[in-house]
Amino acid sequence: MTHSAVRPTPASPTPPGGHLLEVRDLHVEFRTGEGVAKVINGVSYHLDAGETLAVLGESGSGKSVTAQAIMGILDTPPAHVRSGQILYQGRDLLKQSEEQRRQVRGKEIAMIFQDALSALNPVFPVGWQIGETLRQREGMSRADARARSVELMDLVGIPAAAKRLGDYPHQFSGGMRQRVMIAMALALNPKVLIADEPTTALDVTVQAQIMDLLTGLRRELDMAMILITHDLGVVAGVADRIAVMYAGRIVEHADVRSLYRAPAHPYTKGLLESIPRLDMRGQALSTIKGLPPNLMRIPSGCPFHPRCPYVQQVCVDVVPHDLVLGDGRTSACHFAQEVHDDSAR
Amino acid sequence: MSDFETVAATENQAARRGVSGEPGAPNQVGVPQKPRSLAGHAWRDLRGSPIFWISLALVVLVAAMAVVPSLFTANNPRDCVLSRQHAGPSGGAFFGYDFQGCDTYSRAVYGARASLLVGALSALLTGIIALVVGMLAGYFGRWVDAVLSRVIDIVLGIPLLLAAIVLLKRVSSSSDNVRLFAVIFVLAVLGWTTAARVVRSSVITAKEQDYVAAARMLGAGNSRIMWRHILPNALAPAIVVLTIALGSFIAAEATLSFLGIGLKAPTISWGIDIDSGRVHMRESATPLVVPSAFLALTVLAFIMLGDAIRDAFDPKLR
Amino acid sequence: MTAPASPAKVRGETILAVDNLVKHFPISTGVLFQRRVGAVKAVDGVSFELRRGETLGVVGESGCGKSTLARMLMRLETPTSGRATLEGRDLFRASGSELRRLRRNMQMVMQDPYTSLNPRMTVGDIIGEPFDIHPDAAPKGSKSKRVQELLDVVGLNPEHINRYPHQFSGGQRQRIGIARALALRPEIIVCDEPVSALDVSIQAQVINLLEQLQDEFGLSYIFIAHDLSVVRHICDRVAVMYLGKIVEIGTEDEIYERATHPYTQALLSAVPVPDPDARTDRTIIRLTGDVPSPADPPSGCRFRTRCWKAQEVCAREEPHAVPRAADPHPSACHFAELRPTTH
Repeated sequence: MTHSAVRPTPASPTPPGGHLLEVRDLHVEFRTGEGVAKVINGVSYHLDAGETLAVLGESGSGKSVTAQAIMGILDTPPAHVRSGQILYQGRDLLKQSEEQRRQVRGKEIAMIFQDALSALNPVFPVGWQIGETLRQREGMSRADARARSVELMDLVGIPAAAKRLGDYPHQFSGGMRQRVMIAMALALNPKVLIADEPTTALDVTVQAQIMDLLTGLRRELDMAMILITHDLGVVAGVADRIAVMYAGRIVEHADVRSLYRAPAHPYTKGLLESIPRLDMRGQALSTIKGLPPNLMRIPSGCPFHPRCPYVQQVCVDVVPHDLVLGDGRTSACHFAQEVHDDSAR
Repeated sequence: MSDFETVAATENQAARRGVSGEPGAPNQVGVPQKPRSLAGHAWRDLRGSPIFWISLALVVLVAAMAVVPSLFTANNPRDCVLSRQHAGPSGGAFFGYDFQGCDTYSRAVYGARASLLVGALSALLTGIIALVVGMLAGYFGRWVDAVLSRVIDIVLGIPLLLAAIVLLKRVSSSSDNVRLFAVIFVLAVLGWTTAARVVRSSVITAKEQDYVAAARMLGAGNSRIMWRHILPNALAPAIVVLTIALGSFIAAEATLSFLGIGLKAPTISWGIDIDSGRVHMRESATPLVVPSAFLALTVLAFIMLGDAIRDAFDPKLR
Repeated sequence: MTAPASPAKVRGETILAVDNLVKHFPISTGVLFQRRVGAVKAVDGVSFELRRGETLGVVGESGCGKSTLARMLMRLETPTSGRATLEGRDLFRASGSELRRLRRNMQMVMQDPYTSLNPRMTVGDIIGEPFDIHPDAAPKGSKSKRVQELLDVVGLNPEHINRYPHQFSGGQRQRIGIARALALRPEIIVCDEPVSALDVSIQAQVINLLEQLQDEFGLSYIFIAHDLSVVRHICDRVAVMYLGKIVEIGTEDEIYERATHPYTQALLSAVPVPDPDARTDRTIIRLTGDVPSPADPPSGCRFRTRCWKAQEVCAREEPHAVPRAADPHPSACHFAELRPTTH
C-alpha cells in the first residue's frame, strides 16, 4: 500500500508575480529495451531572480535530467515526460511548441556542461562559435558579433581575448575552455544559467577560479543560477538554497546554512558525515551502507529505506511526503524532526 | 602480518561489508541472476533481431544443401540426357533442364557444397593468417608493425582477380580436390588483409586497456597477455569481418569458376553453371537465373548475418 | 587489531627508496626519419622514501607527473634516469625471475573501475590470475579457496565468484581490483586515484576498506590523488608535486597545518570545504594563469610564473626541497614561510 502526496515546496516565500522558474511535480521516465527506468519521480523546485539554487545528488539521482527537461534537450525517445509542469515566468514550457522552446533556450535560460571539450565544436574557432549565436539569434552583423565576442571573452576572464578569437578549442587549457563555454552561454543575456557539474572535470585550483567567476558574473549580470553538482564543498561556497535529490526525488530542501548545520534527512546527514574534510583529521569515515537503487526497480515506500539507519516499517510501506520544518525547510522523511534533532546535537 | 585464513574467520566480516553483498545496478537485492557474459548479452540482443533469424535460416538451409543434398532433391545432377535439353519443369526438376539436359534445380542444390566448402575453408584460413599477423603487428608495434603493415599494404594492392588468374593458371592438375584446395588457398592468401587490419586495430585498442596494464603489473608475460586478454577482445570484430568475408569468398569462387580458372567440370559449382547458362541464355534464361539466385541469396545471407552479429557485439550499444 | 610483525620486518623501516627519478617523453617530428625536437619532462627528479606501514600521499594537479610516477614504479614505463630500491634491490635493473619476485611485493589499484577489469573474465578468474602467473603463491589446489577468501576480505560475497564485472557496481568493481592487488600479499600497494571515479557515498566505503586492510595486513600505501580532503584523511605523510617535481613533503600535520610552499598553500586554499560559514573565514589565494607546459618548464623555480612571491632569484636558481627555516620539513621555495591557514 503506497501512496504519495506532493505539496509545493515553500522553502522561500513566493514573490509577487510568481517565481522566475518553477518545476512542478515533474515525472520523467526512460523507456529502454530492458524496462522502464523512473528517472524523475515528482520533482518540484523553484528559482527566483538573483539567487543560486544548488541541486545536489549523486549519479542516478536525476539532477541532470531535470535540467535537461527544463532546457528541452532530453532525447525523446527514450525519455518521456510523463507529467508535470515547467513554468518560466508563468508559462508552461512543456506545453509549448519546439519553436517557442527554442526562443527560450539560450536567450532566457542557458546551460553550461561538465565537459567543455565535447560541448565546443572542435573544427571552428571559438570566436566564430560565440559569434554564431549572436549572428543567428540576434541578427548581429559580423563586425558587431566579433566585437561582442571579444567583450564576452573579456568578461569571463580570458586574457588577450581579441587575439584568441581565432584559436580552436583544443588550443585552450581545460579552465579556459570552460570560460569559453560560459561566454557562449552568456552571449544572449539569459536570466537563468544552469550549470551542470561545471567544475567536476577541472583541477582544484582551476575549479576555484571558475566558481569565483560564476558567482561574480551572477552578481554582475543579476542572473539566477541553478548549480548541479555532487560536491558538497562547492555548494557550501556558492549556494543560497539547496535541493538534495535521491532516486529522482527531492529528499530535502533548505537554505544552505540550515542544511549544513543540521540536515533533516538521513541521506543528507549520511552524505555530510561520510565525506573526508580538509579541516578535520578523521577516524574511520561513517558510511551510507548499500548501493544507489536500480531506477527500474525503485524500492517501495521511501526509496532510501534499504540504506537508512532510521528505517521503520512505515518507511517500507508509505512514500513520505514533504514534511515542513521551521523556516520553510522541507524533508521527505517520516522522521525528519528526529533526524534534524540528532544532527543539531 | 596475519594470515588471510585467520582474518577471514573473524567475526568482523559482516561489519567490513559496507555492501549488502549483492551485485549492484542490473539486478536488485535478493534476485538470483545467472551470470551473463558479454557473449550472453550479445546473444540476447541477437535473439530479438529478425535479420539475424532470417539470415541464419538461409545459412542453415544452404549448409544443409551442402551436407545432405539428397534431402532437397531426388534427382542426380549428373544424370544429364541430351534429349531433355531445355525442357520444362517435370518430376522434381522444378526449374526444368539446362543445355546439357541436366536438372537445373538439382545442380543448384549440389553446387552449394563446393561454394560453402570454399567459402568456409577460405574464411578459416584467412582468419588464422589475419589473427597471427594482426596480433603480432598490433601487439609488438614499432618495426614489427612497420614491416607487417607494409606487407599488408602490398598484398592489399594486388588485384584479387588478376592474381588469382595468374596463380590458378599454373595449377595444371585436373584433380577436383587439388583444384578445390588451390582455389581455397589462393583466395585466403590474397584476401586476409582486411581482416588483418581489423584485428590489428582492435589489438592496438585492447593493448591500451587498463586491465592489460594490470596483468602486466602482476607479472604476466607477453604470451599470456596476448592469449588471455587481447585475443578474446579482438575476436569479436574479427568474427564479423570473417562472416562477411565468407560471403564474398563464395562470390569470388563463383567468379573464378565463371571465368574458367576456378573449379572446373565435373565439379558442380554455381559459377560454372552461370557461365554455361550465360552462353545459352537466348534459348532459356532459367539455367542462368537459378544458380545466380542461389548465389545471390547465399552471399546476402552471410553478409546479413555478419551485420547482425556486429550490431549485437557493438559495445557502444550496450 | 594488528597481528605482531614477524621479526625480520620492523615497522618504520624504509622499504622503498626512490632517488632522483626522471622520465622525459621525447617529442619528435618528421615523417620518414624522426628527429627529436624536445621532451615532455613529465617527472623531473623525484626522490622520496616509503616506510613500512605508512601511507604516503602524492598530490598534485593534472600534468604534475604523479600518474607517470606511478607507472614507473610499476615498471610500465622505463625511467630516463634514477633509481628505486625495493627490498634492497634495484627495481629498474631487475629482470626475469627477479623482476617477477619484486612484482609480487608491489601491486597497484587503478583509478577506473570500469576499465581495469577484463570484461570477458569472471571475477574469480580476475582475482585468480595472480595465482596463475605465480603458481608458488598458492599451494596446489588452494587457488579457489584463496580467491573466495579474498572476496570476503574486501567485503564481497564469495558466492559471486562466477559473475562478470559488468554485473557489479563501480564501488564493488574497485573492491575486486583491491582483492586482485592483495592476492600476492604485497607489502606495498600503489593506489592511483582509487576513489576518484566513485560516487561520494561509495568513496567512504572504499576508503574505510583500504584503511582496514592496511591495519590487518601491515600494508604500506603510496596514495596518489588530487582530492586533498581524502588524502588528509588517509595519509601519514604527503608529497606535493608540481610540473614533475616534489615541491613539498612532510607529515600530514606539517603539510595541512604548516605548509610553507606557496603552491601548497594555494592548493589548500582552493579546496572547497563543506561549511558555508567558512566562506568568509578562510584566507583565499587564487592562482592566475595556466600551468606551463611540461615540455617547456620555466627556468629556475617552475612555479614562479604563477607565484605571488616570485623574485629574480627564482628565475635564476632552482630551489631544492630541503628543510627550511620556517618549518623543518622539506620545501622547494626560496621564500618558504608559513601563512595563517585557517580552514
